[in-house]
Amino acid sequence: METKAFQKIYTKITQITKATCSLHATDVGYDEIAVVNGRMAQVVKIIGDEITLQVFGGTEGIPTNAEVIFLGRPATLKVSEELSGRFFNAYGDPIDGGPEIEGEERQIGGPSVNPVRRKQPSEFIPTGIAGIDLNNALVTGQKIPFFADPDQPFNQVMSMVALRAKADKIILGGMGLTNDDYLYYKNVFDNAGALDRIISFVNTTEDPPVERLLVPDMALTAAEYFAVDKKQKVLVLLTDMTLFADALSIVSNRMDQIPSKDSMPGSLYSDLAKIYEKAVQFPEGGSITIIAVTTLSGGDITHAIPDNTGYITEGQLFLRKDTDIGKVIVDPFRSLSRLKQLVIGKKTREDHPQVMNAAVRLYADAANARTKLENGFDLTDYDERALEFAKDYSEKLLAIDVNIEVDEMLSTAWNLFDKHFKPAEVGIKKDLVEKYWPKDN
Amino acid sequence: MEKTNKMTTGKVSGIIANLVYVEVDGPVQQNEICYIDLEGTKLMAEVIKVMGTKAYVQVFESTRGLKMHNKVEFTGHLLEVTLGPGILSKNYDGLQNDLDKMEGVFLQRGEQTNPLEDDKKWEFKPIAKEGDILQAGGWLGEVTENWMPHKIMVPFKFKGKYTVKSVAKEGKYTIKDVIAVVTDEEGKEIELTMTQKWPVKLAIKAYKEKPRPFKLLETGVRVIDTLNPIAEGGTGFIPGPFGTGKTVLQHALSKQAEADMIIMAACGERANEVVEIFTEFPELIDPRSGRKLMERTTIIANTSNMPVAAREASVYTAMTIAEYYRAMGLKVLLLADSTSRWAQALREMSNRMEELPGPDAFPMDLPAIISSFYSRAGFVYLNNGNTGSITFIGTVSPAGGNLKEPVTESTKKAARCFYALSQQRADSKRYPAIDPLDSYSKYAEYAEVEEYFRKKIDPEWPEKLSLLRNVLTRGREVAEQINILGDDGVPVEYHVTFWKAEVIDFIILQQDAFDEVDSSTSLERQKYMVNKVLDIYHTKFSFESFEEVATYFKRVINQMKQMNYSEFESDKFKQNEKELKTIIDEKKAE
Repeated sequence: METKAFQKIYTKITQITKATCSLHATDVGYDEIAVVNGRMAQVVKIIGDEITLQVFGGTEGIPTNAEVIFLGRPATLKVSEELSGRFFNAYGDPIDGGPEIEGEERQIGGPSVNPVRRKQPSEFIPTGIAGIDLNNALVTGQKIPFFADPDQPFNQVMSMVALRAKADKIILGGMGLTNDDYLYYKNVFDNAGALDRIISFVNTTEDPPVERLLVPDMALTAAEYFAVDKKQKVLVLLTDMTLFADALSIVSNRMDQIPSKDSMPGSLYSDLAKIYEKAVQFPEGGSITIIAVTTLSGGDITHAIPDNTGYITEGQLFLRKDTDIGKVIVDPFRSLSRLKQLVIGKKTREDHPQVMNAAVRLYADAANARTKLENGFDLTDYDERALEFAKDYSEKLLAIDVNIEVDEMLSTAWNLFDKHFKPAEVGIKKDLVEKYWPKDN
Repeated sequence: MEKTNKMTTGKVSGIIANLVYVEVDGPVQQNEICYIDLEGTKLMAEVIKVMGTKAYVQVFESTRGLKMHNKVEFTGHLLEVTLGPGILSKNYDGLQNDLDKMEGVFLQRGEQTNPLEDDKKWEFKPIAKEGDILQAGGWLGEVTENWMPHKIMVPFKFKGKYTVKSVAKEGKYTIKDVIAVVTDEEGKEIELTMTQKWPVKLAIKAYKEKPRPFKLLETGVRVIDTLNPIAEGGTGFIPGPFGTGKTVLQHALSKQAEADMIIMAACGERANEVVEIFTEFPELIDPRSGRKLMERTTIIANTSNMPVAAREASVYTAMTIAEYYRAMGLKVLLLADSTSRWAQALREMSNRMEELPGPDAFPMDLPAIISSFYSRAGFVYLNNGNTGSITFIGTVSPAGGNLKEPVTESTKKAARCFYALSQQRADSKRYPAIDPLDSYSKYAEYAEVEEYFRKKIDPEWPEKLSLLRNVLTRGREVAEQINILGDDGVPVEYHVTFWKAEVIDFIILQQDAFDEVDSSTSLERQKYMVNKVLDIYHTKFSFESFEEVATYFKRVINQMKQMNYSEFESDKFKQNEKELKTIIDEKKAE
């Protein structure tokens, strides 16, 4: 961290809490970065000449006579092509043993895109996973989280999506990743030979929690560089946003702010929106797509974190273990991609919307049949067939280990319709049925 | 307002995010606007509290880099918007900056753009003549804005009566040209142009009378118009958990509602949703005027990533513009998505000011703020005898889908129509997911509205509506019994009752917002279809077993859906209707 000769050094801290410290200083800017005993800190409050600093690394062991140096600028990241293939910590310092990055220094957490300079997202991102491509197609410029319980394999699914999506750059923002998961990502990217288009900003569970607050801004500043300056398609992966929100609540609690729902700060919505709204499609071709993970506690989506997230993001993807087939599937009922209408049937085959709806409707019929069965009522012939269909549908399409092209997903669905139902029961427009219903040999 | 030569100035004495303390050297007003000088960039801010010589101001932009002792200049006025021809079809931010005039991809701090065009020439026609006595809001002349008559008025700030001395002749003028001279009660002459300013937090009251709303505002959405009608000049709100179709419904209203002008306040919501409006509205045609939708629309966009304090201002900016157009005798529809984000902006500020919090940490006066905002809507008789209206519909995003949270509760007290979006209906893809029974419209109970229905729609309309509700309620009760006792545990008659309610649900309540024909239904057509479903309700059917009932009514519903999908009274419509009759005759009891 740079220091300049004329910088004044303060050595008298007047107050220390678990995450902040205060001192008297002059000519300090709001949001400015300071170094407290070698630890990075940020100005969060100025009253008169009393400055309150949020110390990212925690205040453990900071003495009242610690050296405090103000850098005269907010947090920055050096951006250039050299970022590609590198691993950084939350401050943007390399952790892979490689050299420092040379490049233009940019402030993180910069201004928002003027809404009239955005373009409506319209480019389909195929992932090969039918539970996503068929039922919840993703679009460039979209922001969408996985809502998953901590025991679900969201990191695996996310790395799969990242590698299959045809993005120019993949930027991983890891918050509170366990060291094992960090190494997992590193390995997967390495084995896929994709390392050169991947950039990672990682805060692991071994690092202080408040540091996480910097990770999304770092990742998105890099993303904006590639999307705006280089006009590239950038995919940003943020995992786990619940831990990011937890860090927010720690800081607000230390600053004696009045908590709102679920002990979260009252500004949670704006804080999350500032991050997710960086997702954008530019008219010149560059785009930022954000796929995040929000871990749930026991599937509860009414908790403040998933709830606020749901209002901000363009849909959500739910993972669920299907006990019938013993595999994890993308839940067709609770998952939603709000932008799918922009691409399905337009960028994909014409029958896509109808096939998608019909299959989900039949799957719902199967769910009703199951309830009937559980309540001890008799099943009709239709109910039996719906249950059979549901099992096949889960196995061949919803399971996350499926990796096929969209056209193949559609023909698989038509084959399942043919196997279990008559055309009239499927309820698809006549001309599509005539064109795509499998012909008997 | 007292104008002194020397404006109050001050210096920054404290910063907590976008709340800044300013030590001032003179008088300041509550809600006065000031500019903080950050190395040449002027950051706009509003006074929200004063303690001695310390003013608390909320800054409408990021305060990054702001330092102690930065200079502050006070302006002597409150947050104002500029009113004049050129507002239609604009995309503004919450402080009325024209977004299209801004340079660059990113919003730059301190960048302000002109909301109107100073050099554009407007075709002016005089209305007032020499010697006319007018009050604030009195019409001096008009210009044509897009295709709408835009009245040039005596400024709303003027108090008392004014005598017209001269009005410009018909011709082309810019908004800066003098188009009229009036004299006040003391004989002082005042030159007027086409523009004026008004502080957004104050209501424009340039009208004679605000009666109870009595006319229906057609929206083309059946579950609203038929079951929970909103009156012209009425207020309504749409609470719903995420994913229940709030935004689709608001977009449908903005496309179809029978209004002269639509103002969309995108308040703290997704930027891509605003982009959707930017992309679609210039293309879509307004079925009533045959013009592009964008020609009658103004968008106030303060998306969730734009500064929080400006989010609060954006709803007031939108309301003030609505009041301006209402004073021209127009029917304005104002949509705000979402008022919860606005309330959250209030909460963030209240929290920074360390006020004692109310429920869920919202400020204690939240209910009062919300109800005084809703009360600015309404139907009015102007001083010149014309009428104008603002119909306001806000969405609410209840945290966790819980309708007992403070914003929903406060809004419920203020708004007269309640459109409850139900998660259950959304899950079963019954769109629009407005729950017909939990929702209500207080206007439907107004004697003057009932009278209006009897005269304009059907002499027995109110009775028919209450019958529809009863059938739906009964259907719901029976459905529960069938669930508990099983399909064969109840008499066949129960299944018939259930399915008759389903017919109403599928044919009247559900509507395909993405279908060209079905997305908007005229009142005449709604009446026709209501009579059709009630005919079916009154028909006696005979069935052998319960299995028959479901299959049969599914056919009825499918047939009637085909009617909904075909152009009203077209051959296709009549053909479908004929086929429906055949189906009904099959099972009709003799």
